[in-house]
Amino acid sequence: MKTRDLAYVALFAAITAVLGLVPAIQVGPVPITAQTLGVMLAGSVLGARRGFLALLLFLVLVAVGLPLLASGSGGLSVFAGPSGGYLYSWPIGAFVVGLITELSWSRYNLGWALLANVVGGIVVVYAIGIPFLALYGDIPLAAAFTGSFAFLPGDAVKAVVASLVAVQVRRAYPVIERPRRAAASQ
Amino acid sequence: MGHSYGARTVLADLTVRLTERRVGVVGANGSGKSTFARLLNGLVVPTEGTVTVDSLDTRTATRAVRRRVGFVFQDPDAQIVHPTVAEDVAFGLENMGVAPAERAERVAEVLTRYGLAGHADHPAHLLSGGQKQLLALAGVLVMRPARIVLDEPTTLLDLLNARRVALLVAELEQSVVVVTHDLPLLEGFDRVLVFDTGRLVADDSPAAAIAAYRSLMAGRP
Amino acid sequence: MTLALYVPTGSPVHRAPAGAKLLTLVAVSVVVFAVPTLPVVGGVLAAVVLVGLGVARLPPALLGRQVRAVLWWLVALAIVTGVVGGVAGAALVVLRLLALVLAAAVVTATTRVTELVAVVEWLCSPLRVFGVRPARIGLLIAMTLRFIPLVAERAERIREAQAARGGTVRGIRAWTTTAVPLLVQVLQMAHTTAEALDARGADDDAPPARPPSRGRR
Repeated sequence: MKTRDLAYVALFAAITAVLGLVPAIQVGPVPITAQTLGVMLAGSVLGARRGFLALLLFLVLVAVGLPLLASGSGGLSVFAGPSGGYLYSWPIGAFVVGLITELSWSRYNLGWALLANVVGGIVVVYAIGIPFLALYGDIPLAAAFTGSFAFLPGDAVKAVVASLVAVQVRRAYPVIERPRRAAASQ
Repeated sequence: MGHSYGARTVLADLTVRLTERRVGVVGANGSGKSTFARLLNGLVVPTEGTVTVDSLDTRTATRAVRRRVGFVFQDPDAQIVHPTVAEDVAFGLENMGVAPAERAERVAEVLTRYGLAGHADHPAHLLSGGQKQLLALAGVLVMRPARIVLDEPTTLLDLLNARRVALLVAELEQSVVVVTHDLPLLEGFDRVLVFDTGRLVADDSPAAAIAAYRSLMAGRP
Repeated sequence: MTLALYVPTGSPVHRAPAGAKLLTLVAVSVVVFAVPTLPVVGGVLAAVVLVGLGVARLPPALLGRQVRAVLWWLVALAIVTGVVGGVAGAALVVLRLLALVLAAAVVTATTRVTELVAVVEWLCSPLRVFGVRPARIGLLIAMTLRFIPLVAERAERIREAQAARGGTVRGIRAWTTTAVPLLVQVLQMAHTTAEALDARGADDDAPPARPPSRGRR
């Protein structure tokens, strides 16, 4: 990895941390935070591999005890809590967002951006977070699923924002250099 | 030698040999002077031709060139990465594989020289703009490069700090290339290059080159 | 930024190796899920509290804060599991959550960030597959901590500049009009930072066996 890639990875870990400073809207036990926007943007701007590493780095910083999560929390407790699954899903979500973005790079537009951000930033995150919560709390999957609907409107808005931003950043400062196929043969 | 980014040529047909101790580079925004500076220590490798430093090719001997040529950037915020002042200065030495004891000694020495000794353990991001630029300079000088390239070192500084940096540059024993918009900084230099839209348009003594630059700019709408 | 999650008291728990504490944490989480009975889970919770307050001498308020942070989840989970599995089921889930969260809090409060980073570096060795050298983890962390205030500051500057030109749009447009220039600025900054690191020899310890065709620009 070039030093430049390391800097981009660190940058998006930092951006995700800064998004945690945006005040959360509390809906019952569910804090709706801007931080999953970091997952979507990291994947959309950096692509799969660097996006994955950026969110992994962010989680490492949280795990070693820096209070970077939206509520000002951090440390290992958040990974041991019932919402830990959502955290674990972030690097994978960013990877999937990045993968779809790279695959569609030559014809990337708002539609592809939305697809990438909804699949990676919402579907993947829920697909890991919800079963984790159900298993953890010993509650039926359906109940956990229903409860998670509180996140949905917020996440949909974030996917739209991330997509609009990603399309414009691609024109102004493209970081993903070549389509996925060429990258794979490197 | 020439360099392009994709289809955009930023420097064309340039042949120049720098032997003087103090060389200044001026030109309008986008004239190619920052690319020129980056070519000198292998941060950018030319797409056509070669750049050699002390007969080392920047393309093949990048590491040796970077050890020999220190580079100070316009925005100190972009080059300071470590949490404390001393740690950031030590970074380059760590990369060179200097032993911890010698590292500490050299860091202390250079911090004293730049009036930062009292800040060694302070968070680097809390320094003032002028102190940050001094720290950036210290981080490069501690590596004892034979030559130093400075890319607009005074652009973001107030008058007082700009003068301090100018004095420090004047005191450097190394041979120096300074890219700048700060024309008074070039007083006492041995040679000044003027770039315009990717071409070297003047190469002369400071007074003559700056006069050429001024008349070039004055002729523009 | 306050890094107040570490609470030094000089206890034996503090002096224990970070790796051992993390391993214990993993063991705790395995036990409370593998043996879901009230005596076992309750016993683990009691042991965690005993170690945290008695041996590590952590302030009770610190553990109290951790409980408050998950209070909403506790209530919600207790209600849902109470309806499905009765009082015993609800108690089990609540005790398990408390045991896990408090055990993790004890490890965080008794282990320095640098020790945990060392463990992380060791754990990251498999990431070589992704081309990450474990020795670069320290640099990555330093860069991230450096970028956080810079990104926040530049976001504020862009917001001010737009307000100065009368831009007080709200909603999605407010986000995109801030985020696009911000990302372009900070990406450029990250690029310059990488150049500056390279200029100071950041890539000097790269593996020497790099094929020349993959030369860096």
